Amino acid sequence: MSKQETVDFSAFPDADGHFGAYGGRFVSETLIGALDELREMYSRLKDDPEFIKAFDYDLAHYVGRPSPLYLAERLTEAAGGARIWLKREDLNHTGAHKVNNTVGQALLAKHSGKTRVIAETGAGQHGVATATVAARLGLKCAVYMGAEDVKRQSPNVYRMKLLGAEVIPVESGSKTLKDAMNEAMRDWVTNVDDTFYIIGTVAGPHPYPQLVRDFNSVIGREARRQSLEEFGQLPDALVACVGGGSNAIGLFHPFLNDSDVKMYGVEAGGEGLATGHHAAPLNDGVPGILHGNRTYLMEDDDGQIIETHSVSAGLDYPGVGPEHAWLKDIGRVEYVTADDKEALDAFRQLTRTEGILPALESSHAVAYALKLAAGMGADQNIVVNLSGRGDKDIFTVAAIDGIQV
Amino acid sequence: MTEENRIDRRFAGLRAEGRKALVAYIVAGDGGSENTVPLMHQLVASGTDLIELGVPFSDPMAEGPVIQKGHERALEHKTSLRKCLQMVAEFRRQDADTPVILMGYANPIEKMGAENFAEAARDAGVDGALTVDLPAEEAGPLNRLLSERELRNIFLLTPTTGDERLQQIAGLASGFVYYVSLKGVTGAGHLDPDSVRDNLTRIRRHTDLPLCVGFGIKDGESARAVSEHGDGAVVGSVLVSAIGEAASAGAARDSVAAIVGEIRTALDA
Repeated sequence: MSKQETVDFSAFPDADGHFGAYGGRFVSETLIGALDELREMYSRLKDDPEFIKAFDYDLAHYVGRPSPLYLAERLTEAAGGARIWLKREDLNHTGAHKVNNTVGQALLAKHSGKTRVIAETGAGQHGVATATVAARLGLKCAVYMGAEDVKRQSPNVYRMKLLGAEVIPVESGSKTLKDAMNEAMRDWVTNVDDTFYIIGTVAGPHPYPQLVRDFNSVIGREARRQSLEEFGQLPDALVACVGGGSNAIGLFHPFLNDSDVKMYGVEAGGEGLATGHHAAPLNDGVPGILHGNRTYLMEDDDGQIIETHSVSAGLDYPGVGPEHAWLKDIGRVEYVTADDKEALDAFRQLTRTEGILPALESSHAVAYALKLAAGMGADQNIVVNLSGRGDKDIFTVAAIDGIQV
Repeated sequence: MTEENRIDRRFAGLRAEGRKALVAYIVAGDGGSENTVPLMHQLVASGTDLIELGVPFSDPMAEGPVIQKGHERALEHKTSLRKCLQMVAEFRRQDADTPVILMGYANPIEKMGAENFAEAARDAGVDGALTVDLPAEEAGPLNRLLSERELRNIFLLTPTTGDERLQQIAGLASGFVYYVSLKGVTGAGHLDPDSVRDNLTRIRRHTDLPLCVGFGIKDGESARAVSEHGDGAVVGSVLVSAIGEAASAGAARDSVAAIVGEIRTALDA
């Protein structure tokens, strides 16, 4: 770990959007104009006091921040080791961390003068968060969602429609999140004159991985301050689930230069790494190019992207944000997995011990934190990003239990 | 400009004859891998000057619905990049002159290894590559490997490509330049010949390479309109659509022959 001591993590990405060998801008020339415009606008606004003030105001008064850092006493007791603190992103307006980013990008959309926003969504949380800010600002909104996910996540589909968004089922490819992202890119390149694309995770071409990270970094900034207030020191470990990786990078980033804070990103182990049916590119993938950036991917021997599996639709993505790929390679963050069963067990355990129904995505982080805590001392502290609430998942869990809700 | 490369030779020949280039795009393996090489020969027999062979990819982000479906069909036939290279080698056994450009996405090349790809492409008789998601700032390494082997690097230019960027791309491009005539994905509508003319005039100030125009060209009339101010027209979606709808391999060749023939006639008129 000597390498990381010389790295100033706040200096990344570089001007062309690279995190070491990862990131960049691997898109058709047809998108370059739109990305240049966005990069220019973001670099102008990100340090602008008026913009920051507007963002902070919305986070406080619309999202309901700061979100609490909550000591899960009975869960801690059950794990039998380190104290487990939950960063309660599930308490945000719309029920997940996704809204931090959509509020920020909506401000960018407003500045750009564009009248329409589009988004891709997997589980529907980002779609809902986008439809929400679009409704608030009176912008037209179209959300691309894989046809398979439309079926799996009908409550969120209806929420988006209630919010006035058009939900467009995507029938191409594997009909999931990655295909929704392809389709949103195609819409954007066609309608770039009046349309702003709100990407929901820290993937995609530069500057998206940077700006989505920056908007979500409020999670880590708060958690850092709250840790000092609540237990007088920085946490010993941070744990967050990683699909595309926006909630994880949001928690991790403000701590990256604190070399004593260990970090664990938890990928979806699906039916188990050995089965190949999972969504864990950092654990079992290889570097490649997809959706505008170089990163770890799940692919076959010919470089075709393969279908992934996870009980949680929000982690069911064959790529991962390029900053995570880099943090893995340099050893700053350890990437591990929790499989479907472990996540479901954690879902039930948190619900029963703390009265908190976690999203299945976040349940992966809880599952790993339980194992991690057991091997640590009672005087140590783990902060887990409880990135979303699980109300949207009760149908999935009921179906697994053989119950019709 | 060396004339050892088939693309250079073909454009030099067309220029000497005062003719416009007809560039035809099909997806390798679409309609069955055994039918691709016969289709390529048919394209040439009907008047195609350069073939763009699409390398199928699971996530063809820049393509409209028609060509996406072509990629999906080709992947159902397990058409890998290696397979595409074998097809070009087979095509070369009967056709030593028609330039073939591989048009695809970066990941299959990344998987094979850029140097392995460059070697294999040269050995198969490929003349150039257009890698859609390798824009100028990311194209350097592959560009060099291909150039070292006398293969050409085809780049896209768009209505939104500014002058500074135009200059950067012109410095990397070889063979010809592919001007995307509209904002959107392949196969979109609303072609505007006036804007094409203005932009081609602008591009001319930065490069002497032949300029071919694509995206949205459906027939002889549109091909003729856009190529008036350039050196050629690229036609793709209308061919891929015909191949997708054809009831048999023979019917696909007949449809493709009719479409290309009509465009050829219009371009030469």
